[in-house]
Amino acid sequence: MKVTIDGIEIDVPKGTTILQAARMIGPEVAPPTMCYYSKLKTSGGYCRTCIVKVTQGSSANPNPMPKPVASCRTEVMDGMVVENVTNPDILEARKGVVEFLLINHPLDCPVCDQAGECKLQDLGYEHGSAKTRFEFKRREYEMIDIGDKIKLHMNRCILCYRCVKTAEQFTDGRVHGVVHRGDAAEISTYIEKFITNDFSGNVIDVCPVGALTDKTFRFKQRVWFTKPMDAHRDCPTCSGKVRLWLKGEDVARVTSRKDQWDEVKDTDDGKPGFICNSCRYDHKKKSDWVIEGPTHIDRHSVISQGHYEHLNELKTKILKQQKALGFIPFDKRP
Amino acid sequence: MGKKLLIHNDHIPNIHTLAVYKENGGYASVEKALKHMTPDQVTDEVKKSGLRGRGGAGFPTGLKWSFLAKPEGVPRYLVCNADESEPGTFKDRYLMEKIPHALIEGMITSSYALGAARSYIYIRGEYFYVARILETAIEEAYAAGFLGKNILGTNYSLELSVQVGGGAYICGEETALLESLEGKRGNPRIKPPFPAVAGLWGCPTVVNNVETIAAVCPIVMMGGEEYAKIGIGKSTGTKLISASGHINKPGVYEIELGVPVEEFIYSEEYCGGIRNGKKLKAVVAGGSSVPILPTELILKTAKGEPRLMTYESLADGGFQTGTMLGSGGFIVMDEDTSIVKNLFTFARFYHHESCGQCSPCREGTGWMEKILKKFLNGTATESDVELLWDIQSKIEGKTICPLGEAAAWPVAAAIRHFKHEFIEIAKSKKFVDVSHYNRLNKASV
Repeated sequence: MKVTIDGIEIDVPKGTTILQAARMIGPEVAPPTMCYYSKLKTSGGYCRTCIVKVTQGSSANPNPMPKPVASCRTEVMDGMVVENVTNPDILEARKGVVEFLLINHPLDCPVCDQAGECKLQDLGYEHGSAKTRFEFKRREYEMIDIGDKIKLHMNRCILCYRCVKTAEQFTDGRVHGVVHRGDAAEISTYIEKFITNDFSGNVIDVCPVGALTDKTFRFKQRVWFTKPMDAHRDCPTCSGKVRLWLKGEDVARVTSRKDQWDEVKDTDDGKPGFICNSCRYDHKKKSDWVIEGPTHIDRHSVISQGHYEHLNELKTKILKQQKALGFIPFDKRP
Repeated sequence: MGKKLLIHNDHIPNIHTLAVYKENGGYASVEKALKHMTPDQVTDEVKKSGLRGRGGAGFPTGLKWSFLAKPEGVPRYLVCNADESEPGTFKDRYLMEKIPHALIEGMITSSYALGAARSYIYIRGEYFYVARILETAIEEAYAAGFLGKNILGTNYSLELSVQVGGGAYICGEETALLESLEGKRGNPRIKPPFPAVAGLWGCPTVVNNVETIAAVCPIVMMGGEEYAKIGIGKSTGTKLISASGHINKPGVYEIELGVPVEEFIYSEEYCGGIRNGKKLKAVVAGGSSVPILPTELILKTAKGEPRLMTYESLADGGFQTGTMLGSGGFIVMDEDTSIVKNLFTFARFYHHESCGQCSPCREGTGWMEKILKKFLNGTATESDVELLWDIQSKIEGKTICPLGEAAAWPVAAAIRHFKHEFIEIAKSKKFVDVSHYNRLNKASV
């Protein structure tokens, strides 16, 4: 099937969504997502950040679709023409969605553990306004423990449903969900229940904002001061392929590995690489792991600011430049 | 006197009982359809009739039925949407309460046409007593052989039951209704797939409004072509209108589509004019979600012709000059009505009823309510009108289900036609007492 997104044509298999097709082209035309997560069935469609304009439904039916559609849940038709970043109305609508999402999301990035990894932070920079027009009192909740290792800060939750779907699809029994409705809706555990399942820690990894955080890592480090390394161990429960976040020689935290779209990477057998709680919480010594090497970090990410992947190359480059400019190092100066 | 097809016998004592209903011609369409027509013939008659869904959207019923997937070995369902929750709309309640067998008869005939062996009437929680009336009528129908195995000695069997909802407005949206019927939280599903392909329990399903299903009976009896002669153009047949507000005779009226709006408001046959001799200020023609129109536009179309009670005439000129027939919830406002205060009531409702799944509706409806409350508190500024306009434009068309539009359209129309009122209130800084709303109002301003 042929689909054209922002003027770029691509051939895709039947059943591909507009978002998947856009991702195949590349990040320049891929709409942002807050609730969609390719590893979770039926995710997407809620946050409305990925809405696009379909200016031609298909070759057979060239009529445009009357309303913007959620690209993550709309399958392409042969001959479909889609506008994302080339449509000013869509960019304006997305700006509106960012404003709505930020109504009840505090801008506490300086003290939020998700800072540097937050998709809402990225979305706000790319599509939001510098100033809010919302002047009323924000929704406020007390922080709660929803498991012995998981802290829920509902103030930051944008109700993307990812954690609910993760628990539903990758754990034995979901004990949390959405209660109430409208802007009073909130994530909560069932009465007197704690999230204790072996794979429950994955709800932290899928949370796009700082609503669900790892209690063993909270306030320990800013992510851009840590060194992400790919590592593995022989694990009887999961693939054991993880990302270690090192601070010096200490393992500050363990997470699953993420791909270009900030979703968990698939393992070699094609299954989503969600990791077990034992790998995540119980193995915090470097010696527990076989280090594979530094994780590749996209320059787009704030984590790249403190990254060392190409540190030696960088040092050599700087020295060459200094030499060319006749720069004398401080310790060599008369 | 206009022709009545649905509530023509509502004045007959005990018409809610099977015996009286049958004495007055009840269940004749079941006899005719099951014994003398094939399911496709029934569908064809509905197509010929031009019947459009009476729940609000006005989609052609026969066409909707023809979309129903018919895979072998998979059950099909007919679900009656009796979750009548739109403020200002109460015509289905009247029909079910007064003549419950009219709906049951329609359910049997329609289920036969669709090949459904199991059908449901999903009714809103607040209509609990109506649900009891329906259940009693269903029991009577089972006892008389109109429901159950081999109805009237034919090969067709149907099980029918009533399901009472939790009382959420969003459950009137067909996919949210199906979620609720399946025992889940009543959140709208993302379409596609549409219910005709994957509806109840993932099986092909048709969801029709109470009035639509009841209208199938006269269509079968008189034939689709005869039915199509009633009304005007693509607005065929009769329509139940729930008239309320500042009129002398509020109530449920069955009209032939095409009656002039002016006649509907002022004639003794219908609303009987404005209460206390006041002047007409505005009308919400099709339930609270459709755009409000001021007097000059509700009585005349953009072309200057008399506005008629039809889908097309009411929508003439788009939302700049028109509105929608919607569910037929006809709310009349006299010259003393405060549009802003009235709009606040609607905004409060939609904020309260938002399911919270998608961001624009979840956050936007509450924001609009809070700004409107500022007008009533005497703290609004003129720039709040622009802000309100901008917020509604960012909700409309951006949400999973039509609740976004239902919340946005009234705001847009009120600003479009009555902007001066917003400005006047903002300038006057006058406090309007809405303390009686606070009991239910969660917005903190």
